[in-house]
Order: sequence, then structure tokens, then C-alpha cells
Amino acid sequence: MSETFEPVIIGFTCNWCSYRAADLAGTARMKYAPNVRLIRLMCSGRLDPTFVMKALASGADGVLITGCHPGECHYIEQNYKALRRYLLLRRVLKGMGIEPERVKLVWASAAEGMKLAQEINTFVEEIRALGPLGWNRKLAGNGHKVEEPALEVAA
Amino acid sequence: MSAESKSSKPKVGVYICHCGTNISHTVDVEQVREWAEKTLGAEGVVIARDYKFMCSSLGQELIEKDIKELGLERVVVAACSPHLHEMTFRGASKRSGLNPYLTELASIREQVSWVHTDKAVATEKAKAVVAGAVRRVIQNEPLEEIRVPIHPDTLVVGGGIAGIQAALEIANAGFKVYLVEREPSIGGHMAQFDKTFPTLDCAACILTPRMFEAGNHPNIELLTWSEVTHVAGYVGNFTVTIKKKPRYVNTDLCTGCGICVEKCPKKVVDDVYEAGLGYRKVVYTPFAQAVPKYPVIDAPNCTYFQKGTCKACEKFCPTNAIDFTQKEEYVTIQVGNIILATGYDLFDARRVSNYGYGRLANVFTSIEFERMSNAAGPTGGNIVLRDGKTQPKTVGIIHCVGSRDKNYNNYCSSICCMQSLKFAHLVRERTGATVYEFYIDMRTPMKAYDEFYQRVLEEGTLFVRGKVAQVTNAARNEREEGKLIIQVEDTLAGKQRRIPVDMVILSIGMEPRHDAKETSHLFGVGCSSDGWFIEKHPKLDPVSTMTEGVMIAGCATGPKDIPASVAQGAAAAARVLNKIMQKEVVLEPIKASINEAQCSGCRICNGLCPFNAILFHEDRMVSEINPALCQGCGTCVAACPAGAISGTGFSNEQILAQIDGLLMDVNLAV
Repeated sequence: MSETFEPVIIGFTCNWCSYRAADLAGTARMKYAPNVRLIRLMCSGRLDPTFVMKALASGADGVLITGCHPGECHYIEQNYKALRRYLLLRRVLKGMGIEPERVKLVWASAAEGMKLAQEINTFVEEIRALGPLGWNRKLAGNGHKVEEPALEVAA
Repeated sequence: MSAESKSSKPKVGVYICHCGTNISHTVDVEQVREWAEKTLGAEGVVIARDYKFMCSSLGQELIEKDIKELGLERVVVAACSPHLHEMTFRGASKRSGLNPYLTELASIREQVSWVHTDKAVATEKAKAVVAGAVRRVIQNEPLEEIRVPIHPDTLVVGGGIAGIQAALEIANAGFKVYLVEREPSIGGHMAQFDKTFPTLDCAACILTPRMFEAGNHPNIELLTWSEVTHVAGYVGNFTVTIKKKPRYVNTDLCTGCGICVEKCPKKVVDDVYEAGLGYRKVVYTPFAQAVPKYPVIDAPNCTYFQKGTCKACEKFCPTNAIDFTQKEEYVTIQVGNIILATGYDLFDARRVSNYGYGRLANVFTSIEFERMSNAAGPTGGNIVLRDGKTQPKTVGIIHCVGSRDKNYNNYCSSICCMQSLKFAHLVRERTGATVYEFYIDMRTPMKAYDEFYQRVLEEGTLFVRGKVAQVTNAARNEREEGKLIIQVEDTLAGKQRRIPVDMVILSIGMEPRHDAKETSHLFGVGCSSDGWFIEKHPKLDPVSTMTEGVMIAGCATGPKDIPASVAQGAAAAARVLNKIMQKEVVLEPIKASINEAQCSGCRICNGLCPFNAILFHEDRMVSEINPALCQGCGTCVAACPAGAISGTGFSNEQILAQIDGLLMDVNLAV
């Protein structure tokens, strides 16, 4: 492994657009950074902000939320609700002392495999620049103070 | 560390596919298998296998055998995207007695092996994806697929050739069709055309028999001059409200004799059917062969509606069919399936101001030329300049106006090359004029199209390859005096040319209907950023949409020629017939439901549902979800502050467990 920090990112995808964009990126053999691990939801509207908190608390350095373009939601308008939650969530994160840039919302239609791949690459670099979050280490004691292990670059 | 609610862990089987070498080329499948068996053993994994092709019958038998012999309670298949083989592996589980929804697919091909290059890194990611799927599948609940009956009637929206074809196919199979058209007659754009490429048969001659058949079919109820205003329900059970605009003609009494049209004293420019080149009366049928034959009174232009006098049509009508008191009427129908064949709008040539349409008299659009060359059109088929009498001696036809141009539309409108070739042929045949075609690329890929191109070449039409910069009347020399000059870079000759012509025809492209977005919302279908409706799959399912029970056909999905539109109309009808014949439809059991005991009655969820599936019981102060209306998006599940709403298939437990699994390696490192 190289010296560079390899972030771990959880990506939430919509079954109808961005998950299919990921499929398309695969079928077309587009290459992107391996740091993102995707979860399929039926709609970006399903995204409970708790999921984002859970991902960050469990060791993710960033969370990518993807959904259908405005006006193209399979469920008519639920991506707008995802957008509202996203904007609120960023404020909450800021209040908690976490860089709001660790969570990003991206629109990608089922045809936009290339766009999704590019957005993933961009986001990985953005998180790499921010550095590790390490919430899981801090929270390992379930709220109690634990001995902070020497902060090494995650292997 | 994850809070496991279950006391004894269900037995999980993990199956890792090589997919030939598609996966094993980038992922060390054997290593993933070993790791799954060892590391995930604590999670309940009792067996992990790898196989060359998991989806083959031998691969599936492997799983089926393990379910029976090892008593597996959960299955994870690490292979391709669930959109490809989820059904396959659910089927395998079902055959061996395991509820199909207790099987998960982990996409290690589309999301790992095909998109990454470093084998070590890809293998680690594959492990994480598998761990996520294992943790998730443990939380899966057995589900039953939902079956709902299908109403046998069908709604076809749009009475162009695609809609007519779809309606006829279904009606001929013996099922009822409502054909809704917002213009006074069915027929669509095709009714305006003169000849059709490449065979040059007369558009009316081939279209009108179909129109007549649709208009007189016992199974087709024609609703012209009507628009759909509301759609509720779901596949098999749509309730559709249709607004019937007032015709001011009682169709029960009208015989279609045409005396009212004859006697009406007022003429207006016909912007729709005659593309602004001709006139029509205020009471009118768009064209002679209109179906239905009943005329419509154009109220905003009618003297009676404006000034309260005239009523010439009423005086002369032999059957007293004129009824000025008609109001718009709303009808509600029940249908099981819907076909959208709402067609296209033409690109507005005025937007390309450098081509001078609307400013330079003798610049015509392709649709104007269609009307002009039509024997039933405003010039009786004579190809003449705007003065109405002079025949052009030279004609320039410009391709790709509004298409393949980043300033307007990026896409190719697909019909313009062929229509331009047809125009060239017609101009030469009728006037003997010299014809120039200005093209970027010639696109003639369908049956007998290229042969037609060769024919037009041999007839002596001149082809200039290059995008026209400008059409102007600013002459620079005597030769250009009084002419329209086409300024173009001839990319084959490698020089700028100025070609003086008498007439310019702009081959304008197709655009989505101006109200396509509203239509897409009304019917709940996807719409691309351009405005074309989105197919379920662009290759393998081109007439279905993501919304079950709503099909799309014709130019509403993108530019198409007549044969392709007809084929799509028939294909959409086949899809509908297939559903009708099944008598019931199977729906994915992904639904939200409310635990009433936990519901605080805050009603936050009520306003979030775009399908009005959530109703509030005032008496008990709790909300309830109608499973028939719920589409399973899960927005309410995410929003409920009391955690009273749960969503099958994508429950909080499943997703939280998947997050845990995906990040297992990160936490092991702590």
C-alpha cells in the first residue's frame, strides 16, 4: 500500500437511476476509484439521515448520496425530499464539528455511468484532501472516553 | 458489536461467481471464498462456494442442493447486478423451498471487477460488498409477492400513427381501447405529409384507411378534442379523468355534411394542420378525411362568441347539431394499462436566426413544404415561392436545423436526411429546379433508404457537405441580386461558397412536446433532460417504462420515422395484451406500513407521499398506508420521527446491517 490516505466512502444509490448508472459504468468498463462501496435504496427519498450518521460512525470517511435528476424522480418528486434532508444534514454535521463536505449529493441518471464514475473520482479526492474522519475509533467506547490509538493511516 | 436481535443466527450460504473470467480476472474469487467461510463464519455463514458460472443450471443446482441438504436459511450470491440475475437466484431459492426474498445478490462484477484494475484492492472491496450482503440478508424477512387483477380496458393517449396502431392491435384482439387525442381529428403529423420516404407512397392513402378503421372499430372509443387531466391508481387499476373540450357540435346529431363549414363567414390562418400556409373556417374539420368527421367551433375566433351575433352555422345546419351552450365535460374511466404515444413538436426554425426563417419570405420549413407539395394543401401541390405563383429555379435544402447542434439539440432527429432527399426528388419532379442539399453527414440506415439516396444522387441533386453558416438576401454581386444566398463551408472542396437560390427549405428537427414534462408527471413516467420519455431499457425494453402498466411508443420516446413508430405502437400493444391475458400482475412486495401503536399522529408522512397512499384516521389519530397505492419509495419510512413506519425489502435493520458489513474491515482495523 502506498503512503497516501485511502478513504472509505459509503455511497447510497437509487434503484432507478444511479444504481443503474453504476451498472452502466460496469458494463462499459469505465474505471473509477475503488474507495466507494454502494448501497441500493429504492429512492434517494428513502435515505434516512441516520444512515449517513451510521456510516460515518462506523468508519466511513465520507458519504455519497446519489439520486435522479430533479424532475426525473421515479417516484415523481422524492429526490427533492432527499435534497431537503441533505441540506439540513450538512448543517447538523457542521454543528457537530464535522466538515459538511464529507457528505455530498450528486444527481446521476441511469444513462450517466460516466458522470457517476467521474463524480466518484472527484469525491474520493475531496475526501482524501480532508483526511480520515476516524469516528469509529472515537466512538469505539460507545460514548465513553477510550484510549486514542496512534492515528495511523488506515491500511 | 452490531446489536443482533436474533438469538440464533440463521444459516447463510455464500456463492461467489467467476462469471467466466469477468469477475475472477480482477477479483481473487478463491480468496474471497476462503475469507467468507472463515471470517464470516461468526456471522452465520456455514458454506461458501465459488463456481465458474453461478447463473448456469449447474450453478443454480449447487445452491438448491445446499438449501435442502444444509438447511440454509439465507443465500448470498456474489455475482452480477441484481437487475440482471436477481430473479434467477430468487427462483433457485424458491424451487428448493426457501422464500425468494431471503436471497441477496452482491454486485461484485458491475461494481467491482469491471470498474477496478488493482486485483488486491478489488478483492478487498469484493469482501466488503459480500460482508454487507451477508449482514443485510440476515435481516431480510420472508415476503410474498403481491398479485393484483388487471382491468382489461386500455387507454391510448395520442392519435398519431403510433397510437392508432397500438389501439388497433388491442382492439383487434378483442379488448376495449379508449383513444384520446387533443386535436379535433386523429391522424397526427402523418396526416399533414404528402409523400412518405423511401417508397413515395402517399401519406393520406396509407394513413386514412387506418384512421377510418380506428374510428369505426367497435372496440375503440374515440375521445378527440380531449385531454387527460388526472391519473390515479397503479398497473391493472388506473382511474383516468379526461376533459372533453366543447366542440359546440352535438355529435349525436351531426352527420358531417360540412354545410356549417361552407356557410361560416370567417376564415383564420390554420397554424396547426396547414402550418400557417393556409386558411380554415372558424367551424372546421382539420382536413377532408378527418376522423371523426364532426367539425369543431374555434370559440376564441368565432364571431358569435366574440360579438353575440352570426350563428350562420346554426341557421344552416340541417340537423340542428350546433350547440353553443356546450361546456367542457369530464369523464372518468377505468383502465388496466396505458400507452403514451404523444408524439413530438417541431423545432421552431425562428430560433436559428441566421437562417432567416420568418424574416426572409422564401425560407420555408419542412412542414410548410410538406403542405405545399400536398395536392390537398394550400397551393394544390404547386411548389411556389411565398408570392403564391413563381416557381423556384434553384432550391437549397438545409439539413440538421435544430438537431446535432450544441446551441439547440445535441441529438440527431433521424428523419431529416430522408425527408430532405424526398423534398429534393419532389422539387425536381414538379419544377425541374436545381436542388442543393446542405448536409453534415448523410444518415440513411434503414431498409431501402440508401437506395433512395442513390436514386436522388443519380437524378442530379447537388450535395454540399458542410454546415450552413447563414442564409441572407444581402447580395454581393449581380448573380446574387434578388436571390437568397446560402453561405456554407464546403468541407469536401475545402472552401467557402456562396450559393444563390430562390427558395430555402429548412429541414427542421423534432423536439419533445412542449408539455412533455407535465405529461410525464401526470402518468408518472421518467423524462430525460431533453424531454423524451425514458424507456425501461433502451435496448431490451424500449416500449415499457419504469412505471408498471404505462407503455410508451412512437416519437414521444425520441425521434423516429413512420415504420419505427408503427412498430413501437404494435410492440406496446403486445406488452399490454400480454398483461391483459395474464389477468393479474405480480408486484414486488416493497411497501411501507405503519405500526399504529407507535404512530403519534403527527402527520409528517401524510404530505410526503406523492401517491396519496397515506390516509389519516381522524377518529384514532393515526395514519395508515394503503398498500395498493404505495409504490415503495420509502420516503415516509425515512421521515417518521417515531420510527413507526417500516418498509419491506429495505428496512432500517437491513440497511444499517449492510452499512456495518460494508465497513467491517474498517472496524476490524480499529
